[in-house]
Amino acid sequence: MGIQIIIEKCTGCTLCIKACPFNAIRILDKKAVIDLHKCTICGACASACKFKAVFIEKEPVKCQLPDITGYKGVWVFIEQKKGKVQSVSYELLGKAHELAKKLNCQVGAIFIGNNLGDQVDELIIYGADIVYLVEAPEIANFQDEPYTNILINLIQKYKPEILLCGASTIGRSLISRVAVKLKVGLTADCTGLDIDPEKKILLQTRPAFGGNIMATITSPNYRPQMATVRHKVMQPIAPDKHRKGKIIREQFPAKVYVSRAKLLDIVEEVESLVNLTEADIIVSGGRGMGGKENFKILEEFAQALGGAVGSSRAAVDSGWMPYSHQVGQTGRTVAPKIYFACGISGQIQHLVGMQSSKIIIAINKDPEAPIFKVATYGIVGDLFQIVPALTKKFKENLRK
Amino acid sequence: MNIIICIKQVPETTEVRINPETNTLIREGVKSIINPFDMYAIEEGVRLKEKLGGKVTVVTMGPPQAENALREAISLGADEAILVCDRAFAGSDTWATSYILSEVIRKIKDFDLIICGKQASDGDTAQVGPGISMHLDIPQVTYVKKIEDIKDKSMRVERMMEEGFEIIELPLPALLTVVKEINEPRLPSLKGMMRAKSAKINLWTQKELDLDPNNVGLNGSPTQVVKIFTPAQRTGGQMLSGEPHEIVEKLVALIKDEVN
Repeated sequence: MGIQIIIEKCTGCTLCIKACPFNAIRILDKKAVIDLHKCTICGACASACKFKAVFIEKEPVKCQLPDITGYKGVWVFIEQKKGKVQSVSYELLGKAHELAKKLNCQVGAIFIGNNLGDQVDELIIYGADIVYLVEAPEIANFQDEPYTNILINLIQKYKPEILLCGASTIGRSLISRVAVKLKVGLTADCTGLDIDPEKKILLQTRPAFGGNIMATITSPNYRPQMATVRHKVMQPIAPDKHRKGKIIREQFPAKVYVSRAKLLDIVEEVESLVNLTEADIIVSGGRGMGGKENFKILEEFAQALGGAVGSSRAAVDSGWMPYSHQVGQTGRTVAPKIYFACGISGQIQHLVGMQSSKIIIAINKDPEAPIFKVATYGIVGDLFQIVPALTKKFKENLRK
Repeated sequence: MNIIICIKQVPETTEVRINPETNTLIREGVKSIINPFDMYAIEEGVRLKEKLGGKVTVVTMGPPQAENALREAISLGADEAILVCDRAFAGSDTWATSYILSEVIRKIKDFDLIICGKQASDGDTAQVGPGISMHLDIPQVTYVKKIEDIKDKSMRVERMMEEGFEIIELPLPALLTVVKEINEPRLPSLKGMMRAKSAKINLWTQKELDLDPNNVGLNGSPTQVVKIFTPAQRTGGQMLSGEPHEIVEKLVALIKDEVN
């Protein structure tokens, strides 16, 4: 196994050097040379090379690849908390609906919990053709082990082709286990999902290196093909009250529901009741806020807009805001419709956590602040004048 | 308490810059660091050891230069270090990586707790931690923000959720992935740095591990990267200028449809 430059084909054009995310290629005597200590065989150079001079070789596979015939259907793991379906699940049903059309198959919704009955119809209205319903008191709340067991059992029984799951705390913990147990491919945080029109496989596109590089990933030889997607990336379909769907109730022996890790309590924190990752509008403050008490004007503004308050790392480290509000690389990744960055300079670590927002509005004193490079609308000025004025204006506007 | 910390060496992303002409990453001169989230894992492991006794073993899979990350971990208080390095492992995706690390841990054998950072800052998948626990068939809690209590055979932790946190009790051995809130990592001590310099780094290759070639590297990876490209960069938009009340008027007109 390995990677090689085919010397005869290499023209020394340096395209591969530009493509390499690992700085592993140089030109020696007008030919590309790969530093194998740095190379991870990601294949970026092979995609970039116009002369087919990069050869990536796999050892002949000795074991049989798994049998992937008979896998059909696009599934969505429906995430519920306290019995309430999370919005990311409706978004994924929308995407699944689109993918299923291209594959000419049905959308399955995996719904695990207790007393969920009243929300099953909603799932169908939003695109599910079949709801696989698993209910028992001991699985009312998410727990890694029983939910993993249930999903594995369902997949082995019904053989879906694709499984989508929210890239949430629950989703990421659960689906990684399922993928390992089944030995299937899993791609995290996809921002694009499509079907290859010829091969009929799932094309999964995701950002890497903090969004500086995009990679398209496939898992052609394993089923189901699994992917997680963050909040707000996909769109739900318009609800259709006349859609018809089927409900399949499943029950498993008690041992399937056993968890070695015991969930003792769920504590909701009042300060973060507005879920940052689900908010349509986020008003964030940074170092330029100047102090804890000044966040009050952001809270009032967020309240007027029905949004949530976020924060840069600088403001969290200064003790002005709790960590749960931190947006950025070491905090949360958000993609609201509107993101207000108030007194945030826009370090790369902050940008990677919010640059997928639809509209970014930056308010900063410093016209050179990097945040303006990503802002849809930039305002150079005093946030202590502008933010309260905006609050007032929107309050008036919304009253009308 | 014997604790294993899994870490990854990553590029220091603060220095990631884009070449405006080619629109590609400039990687020259970019320093390699321990994945920031793994720093909390190391710190938590070292604190537990200081409280309860035992040993902290730090493990990484990567190229030979990942040795530097292990030495840094030793300077921060880890006792032993294992570098898992072999060309046969190159190209491993999260499935193969978690398989290899789980086999390394099986070979270490004597452990009570595995701690990982919640995710790596370069790949951002958060899959390897849970993958290891599944391969080993041990309980896990991800996104841990606090260890409330730890005994010989069990522990109670707080898992950070979107709306708050969960309190979970689990038997040992187990695997945790930790978030930033759990602690504040220390700086290396002088003694630690001295120790790091001379410490022996154990090198484990395919020869020592003898893993099924179909489960490692490209062959052991269900996923394939078929294309890598640079996304369209977000470019700065419109600057709004004027008196504050004029700016406010303009902005409200521009975004009021989105707000409603």
